[in-house]
Amino acid sequence: MKQLFSFIRKEFHHILRDKTTVMILLLMPVIQIVLFGFALSQEVKDTKVIVLANTSDDATRRIIDRVDASEYFDVAVVAHNSNDIDAAFRDGKAKLAMVFEDHFSENLKHTGKAHIQLIADATDPNAATSFLFYASNIITNYQQDLSPTQTNSGLITPEVKMLYNPQMKSAFNFVPGVLGMIMILICAMMTSIAIVREKEMGTMEILLVSPMRPIYTILSKIAPYFVLSVINFATIMLLSVFVLKVPIAGSFISLLTVSLLYIFVALSLGLLISTLTSSQLAAMMISGMGLMIPVMLLSGMIFPIENMPVFLRFISNFVPARWYIDAVKTIMIKGLGLGDVLKDVGVLILMGTVLVTISLKKFKVRLG
Amino acid sequence: MNISDNSSPIAIHCESVSKNYKKIEALKNINFDVKRGEIFGIIGPDGAGKTTLFRILTTLILPDNGTATIDGFDVVASYKEIRKRVGYMPGRFSLYQDLTVEENLEFFATVFNTTIEENYELIKDIYIQIEPFKNRRAGKLSGGMKQKLALSCALIHKPSVLFLDEPTTGVDPVSRKEFWGMLQKLREQGITILVSTPYMDEASLCDRIALIQNGQFLRIDTPENIVGQFADILWAAKSDNMHKLLEDLRNDEQVKSSFAFGDSIHVTVENGQLTVDSLKKYLIERGHKNIEIQPIEPTIEDCFMELSNTQI
Repeated sequence: MKQLFSFIRKEFHHILRDKTTVMILLLMPVIQIVLFGFALSQEVKDTKVIVLANTSDDATRRIIDRVDASEYFDVAVVAHNSNDIDAAFRDGKAKLAMVFEDHFSENLKHTGKAHIQLIADATDPNAATSFLFYASNIITNYQQDLSPTQTNSGLITPEVKMLYNPQMKSAFNFVPGVLGMIMILICAMMTSIAIVREKEMGTMEILLVSPMRPIYTILSKIAPYFVLSVINFATIMLLSVFVLKVPIAGSFISLLTVSLLYIFVALSLGLLISTLTSSQLAAMMISGMGLMIPVMLLSGMIFPIENMPVFLRFISNFVPARWYIDAVKTIMIKGLGLGDVLKDVGVLILMGTVLVTISLKKFKVRLG
Repeated sequence: MNISDNSSPIAIHCESVSKNYKKIEALKNINFDVKRGEIFGIIGPDGAGKTTLFRILTTLILPDNGTATIDGFDVVASYKEIRKRVGYMPGRFSLYQDLTVEENLEFFATVFNTTIEENYELIKDIYIQIEPFKNRRAGKLSGGMKQKLALSCALIHKPSVLFLDEPTTGVDPVSRKEFWGMLQKLREQGITILVSTPYMDEASLCDRIALIQNGQFLRIDTPENIVGQFADILWAAKSDNMHKLLEDLRNDEQVKSSFAFGDSIHVTVENGQLTVDSLKKYLIERGHKNIEIQPIEPTIEDCFMELSNTQI
């Protein structure tokens, strides 16, 4: 037992003396949450709008004024022809274009029908959806003010065209995603690197030629990253509740249980990687390419799993983060309990058990 | 395994051990015994198979053929027993660079279920030299101090057999000399030492040595006997054009062998074949100037060259 404690203390020394790494590991969740929560937010504010109205009349001016007055938009350019619109999109001078048909006001008055074409820059599909939603709202409001008695909304028909990305992809809940990513990064990547470092430095040779039991080596390598993960979990929870105002709708205990289970799976993944590699670089590449990318792309964090091709959907079943993110969404966002995530929990337990068994079997008592 | 105890006179027993890496034969049929309390040197150039032999004996890798025992314990079947009782210092500095001197020593003491205090007497002479720097990180030590720390760590559990793989490589001459002095002291404490080195001059400091090349032992004997068995006449030759000198000597059929040794060429001649004067005459004919030829006593290195030459 004394061996184990001394070994764990040594591991903490290693980590705490590498101040840069420890800072990165502790600040990473904060930075990610802030980035996703604010810098990369879907919130629409002062979006530049380009307007094309060949016949300047009362109705077009009123609608343009309303758009400009709203906090969402800022009418930046008035175009003279459709080439101006293309240019503005290309140069990034506008994200949304409003094209009024000729004789807009007259048409509206006489036929009761007029057309506005809305063109959005859909390089960021989620943002584009929001622009269109807000712009349509403003137009609908104007229409209702114009004829409050008339409930028929067929007067002005906004025609929506999604530029650059015609297939819209849905927004995501990033807090569960960030949780899933950070845990993998710290547990799997850092643990595997820490174990492989001993091999690379040659200290593993001395540890092997000693009465130290291999399980102690593994446990002590895991311990500090377990602690770091729990700290990061707490940071993300505090930030999401108090800064992002995303409340934990379900039970915190259930959320913690699922998270600890996920940490266990991630640690055993790291352990497995460490048994397969013998250089820190290789361990980093495998955890980077082999873990981070699937976590980001196949976990449902960014792209919904339901929309994936069958093959990728099949692969996503093997990504632990997929199950964890699903469980977190269910508990944290939907407010359901452990009973509703039994499938996720079962899969994670199965994954952890298989991974730990394989890596303990593969952990060599001799040099490779 | 009932023969295993510290009083048995044989500390290391190695019988027809061989090891291949894919198609390369790293060790071929190695046989030797090391007596208790002996300093046994494995002498040979880089790539001769020294580290492979050390790794087999320290249970780190498995031999393809043959058996080996340490204190009577088999390196394959009883590897756990061996790991409790041997000390191992790998060829590369393998301590934690980001831990201090004291933390390294303390860590390895607990790894071996002991404390610094318990065996302080054994390492005192060595550790006392680095103790003033005990709060310095191991990565910041000089080569000689790193080596002393590594030796202290390998000794902290009072091993019965100590394995030192090229302990003096990359260490300055003064520290090297000091280091061998420490090994002599450890032997007095009854610790068996197996040490490897590429430096031939260190061979004479061992009780017995094995000359190794291409995975084979060329000879096992005391350094004195190995030097004594050198049957030929040995001269050191110099001239203005050393490169041409070596070429001309090698072209002379009466010269058995010639190798560059530092600033001279060592020439071996079979008894009665050639005299210094006749060789000088031959070299003058070939246009050499300032020729110096002197009879010298053979060193281990000469013997090694001689033996490896006959092997090929």
